[in-house]
Amino acid sequence: MEHCAHCGDPCKEELIYLEKLPFCCNGCKTVYELLHENDLSYYYELEQTPGVSPREFEHKFDFLDNETIADKLLEFKDGHTSVVAFLIPSIHCSSCIWVLENLNKLQPAVQSSQVNFPEKTIRITFNSDRVHLKQLVKLLSRIGYEPYISLEDSDKKKRIINRSLIYKLAVAGFAFGNVMFLSFPEYFEVDGYWLERFAPVFRWLMFAYSIPVVFYAAQDYFISAFKGLRSRILNIDVPIALGILVLFVRSTIDIVLNWGTGFFDSLTGLVFFLLVGKFFQQKTYSYLSFERDYKSYFPIAVTRLAKDENENVYEEQVEVYEIKKGDRILVRNNELLPVDAILIRGNALIDYSFVTGESELVSRNSGDKLFAGGKQQAGVLEVEVLKPVEQSYLTQLWSNDVFDVDKHSAFQSFTDSISKRFTVAVLTIAFVATLFWMIYDPSKAFNVFTAVLIVACPCAIALSAPFTHGNLLRIFGRLRFYVKEALVVERMAGVDAVVFDKTGTLTSGSGSNMTYEGIALTNDEEELLTSTLRASNHPLSRSLYDMLKDHDIKTLDSFEEKAGKGITGSADDQFIKVGSYKFVSEGKGDENKLEESINRTAVHISSNNLYKGCYVFQNQYRDGLSELLKELSKEKKLVVLSGDNDGERERLMKLVPAGTAMYFNQKPEDKLNFIHEMQQNGSKVMMVGDGLNDAGALQQSDIGVAIAENVNIFSPACDAILDASKFDQLAQFFQLSKSGMRIIRWSFVLSLIYNVIGLGFAVTGNLAPVVAAILMPLSSISIVVFTTLATRYFGSRLIKNKNE
Amino acid sequence: MSIIYVLLTISIVVALGFFAAFVISVRSGQYDDTYTPSVRMLFEDEVVKESTEDQPIENNDKH
Repeated sequence: MEHCAHCGDPCKEELIYLEKLPFCCNGCKTVYELLHENDLSYYYELEQTPGVSPREFEHKFDFLDNETIADKLLEFKDGHTSVVAFLIPSIHCSSCIWVLENLNKLQPAVQSSQVNFPEKTIRITFNSDRVHLKQLVKLLSRIGYEPYISLEDSDKKKRIINRSLIYKLAVAGFAFGNVMFLSFPEYFEVDGYWLERFAPVFRWLMFAYSIPVVFYAAQDYFISAFKGLRSRILNIDVPIALGILVLFVRSTIDIVLNWGTGFFDSLTGLVFFLLVGKFFQQKTYSYLSFERDYKSYFPIAVTRLAKDENENVYEEQVEVYEIKKGDRILVRNNELLPVDAILIRGNALIDYSFVTGESELVSRNSGDKLFAGGKQQAGVLEVEVLKPVEQSYLTQLWSNDVFDVDKHSAFQSFTDSISKRFTVAVLTIAFVATLFWMIYDPSKAFNVFTAVLIVACPCAIALSAPFTHGNLLRIFGRLRFYVKEALVVERMAGVDAVVFDKTGTLTSGSGSNMTYEGIALTNDEEELLTSTLRASNHPLSRSLYDMLKDHDIKTLDSFEEKAGKGITGSADDQFIKVGSYKFVSEGKGDENKLEESINRTAVHISSNNLYKGCYVFQNQYRDGLSELLKELSKEKKLVVLSGDNDGERERLMKLVPAGTAMYFNQKPEDKLNFIHEMQQNGSKVMMVGDGLNDAGALQQSDIGVAIAENVNIFSPACDAILDASKFDQLAQFFQLSKSGMRIIRWSFVLSLIYNVIGLGFAVTGNLAPVVAAILMPLSSISIVVFTTLATRYFGSRLIKNKNE
Repeated sequence: MSIIYVLLTISIVVALGFFAAFVISVRSGQYDDTYTPSVRMLFEDEVVKESTEDQPIENNDKH
């Protein structure tokens, strides 16, 4: 089979040749011509078949005619020049970057365009007098790079990137390096005259360098320690803040009274290493977003039917937020309904997969209620708004308090729980040692007290968790399990109950199983059926066609598609009807069958008006599901929460291990409350879900994991995104997070050894600045090396196990 | 030996200069996207080679 020269897809349905090159559709051919004419054919040299089939829907971007909406999308506008940034999900290769950055060859009014590949965004500077935003968007769509514009863009606040950690790291690193240089002469104790003359200058310079480190770079530790103390928690930042403070005060006193050189090198080094740990802990996946709510799915504008003075109805584009109850709006093919509404006119065939994860379409008749979040799949609908966007059944979920709560404030990490005992122990040692020296040699008491606090500063302990979790985060990312932040890895180790959504989570969104029930079809009938399905665009027809496409194709004499009902086709003297039971049996079918057909998804077939049978679609459960659940059930409680009816209960029973609780007909709020209840009973719950209806449960759970067939497509707000193809490895991820906790324990032991050695120097009053300056970085670096090697080892063992 | 004061001053000024350069480059967003420039760099050579007769391709280097 030929492959399209533009997009690389096999040319199944059509085969168009242009200059001896095959194309799979007219759209691809048009893009090729357009790029060719405009001297952009380098696009095809850079990568093999880099293109994306353009899909253009008429009227889709009409809302950009409304200047208020168009202006909201602009990042910047000044006279003639405008700047706009779009998210373009189809950016995928270097050819994409090249063609998009040469946009001005296609549209001279574009002054410059810059692609950010990891984020899949493009920023275009253009002359707004010469080209309208809508034309620009249409141009992008025409070459296959359709911008994704959603409701989220309308209340786009200026994106503030918090770079303060980088600045702090820079300040600390800068000061650390310079102070090290300045300390050198005194490390080597060059001859007396030199030291006497220049030491004060060097020391005061070091003091100057450490001021920004203490008061700017280290401020987070002071703030966190203060917050901890106020809520009576001795978190790890308390001994750290104490250590930093003591280091600074002691060193300042040292140089003021000319006792010595002070510990400025250790001080700046300590803060630098701590900040490196903090920096390492965060790994951002720029192309993933963990914070999405319904706004990323919903359109920015809709077509409203309004009346002018003469009672003539006209269409206008309005922002979604302006829609009120009672408004009439139009929903076109492939548009998403942003409000709850009553269907007035048209055949509704709604895809609720955004909401429920269920990919099968639902058909509705006029007078029926439609819920926000559904995507129309056939023709134009006219609906009357029942509830505006923020009050709809779906979006109400976001008004729940759970979305305002920060999960982390409540979570006490392992490091924090250790640090309580640690702080108490250190303070005890400091006071005992001071007391001893008070009696024995009072002149050394202050020296010893501060030295103990300095050397016990738990830098290495504070680094173990960030580096272990940071490494695990990266290993998980390579295995396509994208975790939002390091703390999530630790919380994962403590999970003892896992709750699964059914549709889209346990079942895969694509490739449902189809089985035929009824009177066997003859070969002729199957051929006619295949040919008829081929002409239809209904999703069920498409998937059935994919299964039957090996049959020969007949030329149809007639074909008719009745949206929401079914299709008819005839060839030779045969006539076939395909579709809903009601449509196929023409109302003559028996009632039992009709009822049965409502509860399941099936395509019914009649030939020459004689009912034959139906293809029944069954959910396809993910590969390795039973094995995974069996593995998980050894240590964890398992629950299945489904929004669907219990039609699949029997089948599911066979797959899940005994003792798994199953609940059906769960509304989004029910799921949320269920998890809340489990938590009340002391469980640490992981929720695994996919649709927007799981959003509340994902938020409420200790860890919300969203399953994504394609991680570039949006998933609801969560703590981690798991690539659907790696679903069966969830148990291994749990294992690895547990290994992580073991590694942290070991490194605590390791750093305690360093602390004991340091304390030996400190309590005997022998802590010279140079000893502190060696011990502190040495302990930090050995912790970093240890955790990195250990996590690598466990990670590679996991990958090896998987391959066997 | 008072040359040491001059040297110290120079070292501080140079160090502060680099520090300022780093902060400015971070602030301008240079490190926000570290991947695309690496790809973009490879195009331009080939485009120039291809279209030597045409007018030079405009490089969109308004970063």
